[in-house]
Amino acid sequence: MVIAAASLTFLAQLLMPGDRATALMNVQTGQQKRWTAAELAPVNKEFGFDRPLPVQYLHYLGGLFRGDLGTSYTQHRPVTQVIGGQLAPTLILTLGALVTAWVLAVAITVLTVKRTRAVSALGSTWEALTASLPNYWVGVVLLVVFAVKLPLFPVIGGSNAWGTVLPLATLAIPLAGFLGQVTRDELEKVLDQPFVTTARTRGMSDTAVRLRHALRHAVLPAITLSGWALGALVSGAIITENIFARPGIGQVLVTAVNTRDVPTVSGIVLVVAVAYVVANLLVDVAYALVDPRLRGRS
Amino acid sequence: MTAPTTLDDTGDDAAAPAPDAAPDLLTVENLRVWFGTTEVVKGISFTARPGRCLAIVGESGSGKSVTARTLVGLTGANSRMSAERIDLAGVDLTRQSDRSWRSIRGRDIGFVLQDALVSLDQLRRVGDEVAEPLRLHGWGNKRRRAERAVELLDAVGVPEPELRARQRPYELSGGLRQRALIASAIALDPKLVIADEPTTALDVTVQAQVLDLLAASKTRGTSIILISHDLSVVARLADEVAVMRRGEIVEFGTAHQVLHAPTHDYTQHLLDAIPSEHTRGTRLLRPPEGTTEGPRTRRPVDRDRPVVQARNVSKVFRGPDKINRTVVDDVSFDLYAGETLGIVGESGSGKTTTARITLALLEATSGDVLLHGQPWSDIPTAASRPLRKQIGIIYQDPLSSFDPRWPVGRILSDALATGSRPPSSKAEAQERAIRLLEQVGLSDKHLTTAPLRLSGGQRQRVAIARALAPEPGIIVCDEPVSALDVSVQAQVLDLLTELQDDLGVSYLFISHDLGVIHHVSDRILVMKSGKIIEQGDADDVFQQPQHPYTQRLLTALPQLAQA
Repeated sequence: MVIAAASLTFLAQLLMPGDRATALMNVQTGQQKRWTAAELAPVNKEFGFDRPLPVQYLHYLGGLFRGDLGTSYTQHRPVTQVIGGQLAPTLILTLGALVTAWVLAVAITVLTVKRTRAVSALGSTWEALTASLPNYWVGVVLLVVFAVKLPLFPVIGGSNAWGTVLPLATLAIPLAGFLGQVTRDELEKVLDQPFVTTARTRGMSDTAVRLRHALRHAVLPAITLSGWALGALVSGAIITENIFARPGIGQVLVTAVNTRDVPTVSGIVLVVAVAYVVANLLVDVAYALVDPRLRGRS
Repeated sequence: MTAPTTLDDTGDDAAAPAPDAAPDLLTVENLRVWFGTTEVVKGISFTARPGRCLAIVGESGSGKSVTARTLVGLTGANSRMSAERIDLAGVDLTRQSDRSWRSIRGRDIGFVLQDALVSLDQLRRVGDEVAEPLRLHGWGNKRRRAERAVELLDAVGVPEPELRARQRPYELSGGLRQRALIASAIALDPKLVIADEPTTALDVTVQAQVLDLLAASKTRGTSIILISHDLSVVARLADEVAVMRRGEIVEFGTAHQVLHAPTHDYTQHLLDAIPSEHTRGTRLLRPPEGTTEGPRTRRPVDRDRPVVQARNVSKVFRGPDKINRTVVDDVSFDLYAGETLGIVGESGSGKTTTARITLALLEATSGDVLLHGQPWSDIPTAASRPLRKQIGIIYQDPLSSFDPRWPVGRILSDALATGSRPPSSKAEAQERAIRLLEQVGLSDKHLTTAPLRLSGGQRQRVAIARALAPEPGIIVCDEPVSALDVSVQAQVLDLLTELQDDLGVSYLFISHDLGVIHHVSDRILVMKSGKIIEQGDADDVFQQPQHPYTQRLLTALPQLAQA
């Protein structure tokens, strides 16, 4: 999957309109003009554009295996360095948001599913509402309310803990709504299962049944979706980092796209692809931990 | 198999204990339960005594399970109950807080539900499930509880209890799971055990073992309330029987009296509806008022005309562990025109696989099946398709074999279109669909009904109508009555017999229920581990079983002693 993503980004570079060296010179000089072959030659040599395509492709792939993502057009630094420095804040943000979303979703469903009609309705309405909110809207509203009107949090976040709260909430709230909806459906079904009745007949309290028995069954679909959610979180993080002017690969990506810094964009795409693969691997592991029935099956 | 005889009281008066009997453990007086505004239990009274078993028998919707759950304060959402008295050894169960209920459940009352596959938490270890009541009621420490769980599993006859305790419910067979569930219910040695259909979905030999287990518990002085739809199960364990219908107890008495000298029509009706060797060749239900039925003339079986011939059929499945398992092993049989051939066996015996090969839905590993003397099971799908209309199928659960969005009319016209005489117009399709419905005892008003809105018996009638639509000569019936109440089962069995007499169809009739098989079959195949271990005339097989396994099945069969 990672190789496929790499090949696709390589292809995308080729398919970009115009000659790559020309584009590069334009970016570097800030001019828009037609360059002579002599002027382009050093650029072609530096980035290897003069070699046959299959050679370029193999060289590119070979570089990947050595952890070399190429050189940034604009910063003249290896892409790994450009991304590497910004990866940690984004990881903290996305993983933090995922954990927060889970805690919120589980707490709300356990507290509201199959309670009195009003409480259940409150829970499901909250989930439907938050699940349908776009990140940028949540981000802007949180920013205006909690940083501008009530100056509880800094407007320009930075990557310290206090500045991370609002970006985290921006990402976590819609995701919590979404995970909550899935978990609510499942928990409702599970609570009708005979084994829940069995547990009650042993003298277990309703809340204990939810936590010790039902929840484990009910989180399975949401775990499956978490792999997908992590991917969505990365795209959400890009928007969020921009709203809160928070460092991270989102910022790097936006800059790179604006300056047509293709190796950096490709590098980020690859990092996201790797994150996606790792996330889905973790989901499989988590699934097997929660549901032992899946162990030992191929 | 005789009903208990050492009874002191006549069982006529539920509320008043006989003077020399042990004092009542549980007394229920005038219990009523409502769901919303519907009253589902309408003022019932009964008692349970130590070392005795009270059976509450009834069909679905009779209120028996609701009664059982009300006794542990878990009637369900949107329900309301009232009772003049529910007294468990001096404790008033009508006024318990949520907290005090929790200390009663599991400690004073153990509860066993049916089908332990869904009644045990699949994701937890069996040992943890068994030990859960111990943990909830603060018994011992973690290590002692784990040891106790193993002891309990051992006590209920689970082999290799240490291993089983570490496994999860889905890794155990149905019988072992049910034992584990019972082990959990009796973990704290409660005075009262309520068992709600504890043996439904179990094979007869396993059923017998589970009933023996409950009997052993009864001997140790536990009071048992057994909820069941099956009178023959009840006969094995109960001392007193209460028959419930539509929320009321219509008959109460000693097991012997209720099962052998019932005073209420409904009890008699239930007893009559049980298929067995004694009901062979007769209707299970009396014909409706006003219709006179002469002596039944069974259509004779044409022994010269085999319609299905299975020749040395074997089926090998390769498991995920790369081990080959022979599921059907060298099976040969002939089914003649107008005959019912019963296949009986416990789960995993290869009955259904045999049926699927007979239907050419599954390819045999070796051997073949002939249809009307022609190659059938081993020819290409395209070649077998025109022959398919000659052989129909009825499943155990018709609902999942219907498109839930199609009304009955469309289900039938769809089936008619595949037959040898497809209807030429919509009107004709409709007319023939109505005729089919009438044939199975339904009417044109069911044409527009969705299957979900039909009762279990009506659904099975629609499934039969659908099987009949292409006018097949053969119908494979795979457990067609297993999910039905006994009186509905009787209706469906009567219907199948009538249709055979009228139309001359042959049935390959698969069931785990020996009574049903004996009732319907002309000849019987007994299957075990993929092999036919015994075959012959129904009466011969049942009266002089040759194979030890058949003998064992028949001894395990709970039956009503003949009065």
